[in-house]
Amino acid sequence: MGSLSLKNIHKSFGDVEVLKGINLEVEDGEFVIFVGPSGCGKSTLLRIIAGLENETSGTIEIDGEMVNAQPPTKRGISMVFQTYALYPHLTVRGNMSLGLKQAKIPAEKIKTQVEQASSMLALDEYLDRRPAELSGGQRQRVAIGRAIVRKPDLFLFDEPLSNLDAALRVNTRLEIAALHRQLSATMIYVTHDQVEAMTLADRIVVLHDGYVEQVGTPMELYNSPANNFVAGFIGSPQMNFVPAHVLGDDKSTTVGIRPEHIVLSDDDGDVSGTVSHVERLGGDTNVYLDCGEAGLVSIRLFGEHYYEVDAKLSAKFDPARVYRFDQNGDTITG
Amino acid sequence: MTTSQSISASMLSSKTARAVAAHAILITYTIIALFPVVVIVINSFKSRNAIFRSPLSLPDSESFSLVGYETVIKQGDFVLYFQNSLTVTIVSLTMVLLFGAMAAFALAEYRFRLNLLTGLYLALGIMIPIRLGTVAILQMMVASGLVNTLTALILVYTAQGLPLAIFILSEFMQGISDDLKNAGRIDGLSEYRIFVRLVLPLIRPAMATVAVFTMIPIWNDLWFPLILAPAEEVKTVTLGAQVFIGQFVTNWNAVLASLSLAIVPVLILYLIFSKQLIKGITSGAVK
Repeated sequence: MGSLSLKNIHKSFGDVEVLKGINLEVEDGEFVIFVGPSGCGKSTLLRIIAGLENETSGTIEIDGEMVNAQPPTKRGISMVFQTYALYPHLTVRGNMSLGLKQAKIPAEKIKTQVEQASSMLALDEYLDRRPAELSGGQRQRVAIGRAIVRKPDLFLFDEPLSNLDAALRVNTRLEIAALHRQLSATMIYVTHDQVEAMTLADRIVVLHDGYVEQVGTPMELYNSPANNFVAGFIGSPQMNFVPAHVLGDDKSTTVGIRPEHIVLSDDDGDVSGTVSHVERLGGDTNVYLDCGEAGLVSIRLFGEHYYEVDAKLSAKFDPARVYRFDQNGDTITG
Repeated sequence: MTTSQSISASMLSSKTARAVAAHAILITYTIIALFPVVVIVINSFKSRNAIFRSPLSLPDSESFSLVGYETVIKQGDFVLYFQNSLTVTIVSLTMVLLFGAMAAFALAEYRFRLNLLTGLYLALGIMIPIRLGTVAILQMMVASGLVNTLTALILVYTAQGLPLAIFILSEFMQGISDDLKNAGRIDGLSEYRIFVRLVLPLIRPAMATVAVFTMIPIWNDLWFPLILAPAEEVKTVTLGAQVFIGQFVTNWNAVLASLSLAIVPVLILYLIFSKQLIKGITSGAVK
């Protein structure tokens, strides 16, 4: 009930090739997140799955059935848009029931389904309001409600949180996670925010320039990135990349080390430099060390630390956590 | 007085000055625009002598006369003329709005070969006056046996109104978020329903603008009724009023009375549409 299989999906807009052969299997009930920088093709891929955009070549199967030629409604999907896309002239109830009415579901059943969804999302008291009378977070919940009432096999989310403010984003993120547990439906979610991806996903698909760079669980991507793009994209602050020759390593081109896997000392480190900036976040302290040829190295320390700008320090890398990349950017294993 | 107070005072006075200037310009324009209308309406209630003696004075007990209106009602079939004008205007307007909106939707929504060229071709009519084609139109109407029918006028006015309608409406339709239409598609709405249920309600203000711009020239037109439909039973009000204008004698009372009456229906239509002009309901659709 809701597995998805993409085989060799290509998409071009005129001469521009946006997707260059995407292969992906999503199991029933999985929460899969497409993540990547803007312009990597993740939203286009989602639209192709939804049937809003035609693929140039390749096949899409939902539940083992090829749906290439099916219109969006026949694919058993529903979608939540970044801009909410609520019907402005309909009430919340009207927005949520339009799809069901269109599918000729009996009025009684529509009523119970809408009420079920609205109580799940705490929208009961807003059912008779129009979208213009709701706040941003409420609108997003209505958009999610509209997706739920149709009881789809497959949920598609297109950057649903990017129009919300930071506090609301965290709340809605938790709600979506709870929703996934409750509905046990397959969900595909597009975001450019790696924190959202790490916190919500069963599996993450990292897209870059129309290719899938890596597919894996959040911890797989964190602990064993396939290449320097994935290594740099997952994790915050970003992984440090140091030219290998600076460290006297002649087998690799670049050496990567995450900011949290470095310790500072007054002497005796892998690289040394002067402190250029310190960010104190309370729980964490981020120190930026200007290491000359090795570049700017960021170090994430737990707790409060008081380093002066311009102080001279050495950074020691955790040898078990150092990643080596060859000249193509691929991770060297072993 | 402190510095900040004096600054805010000078800002206030420059603001007032600007407001006064703006109002002065607008009031001047309003007076210029309303003057002929007011003169027509005032004089339609006066006797012939009073019209010529003092055209700008209001009717008083001495000069008040309804002779113009009496002539209009007695002579000529003005009820029929009004019906004709209303039929032509409303049917043409409906067709312009319907076909204009449909063409605009296609141009704005779908990517197809020659999209841009088709759009330009359809907008060409804005720059080329339809009257240049009068002879050809007349020949066509004669050939198809439509001379002296309201259909002839309706067809011509629909053609005349479409270019501007398509141009304005397609601009507005491009502004409607794709997500909204896609949400409709996922909810199972057909393209026609998306057009009728989602897009049309959102561009209502633009439709009202187009309606006003299309309606007034049609109602006021003298040229095409004179050429294509001069027969008694298909005369429009503007043409009907011409019977009172003679080569040697003009019945000014009747002319002014018929013109005053002709203002009323179009004013009512305008009031209906202008309400929509102000109303914008897109707010809250998308952030």
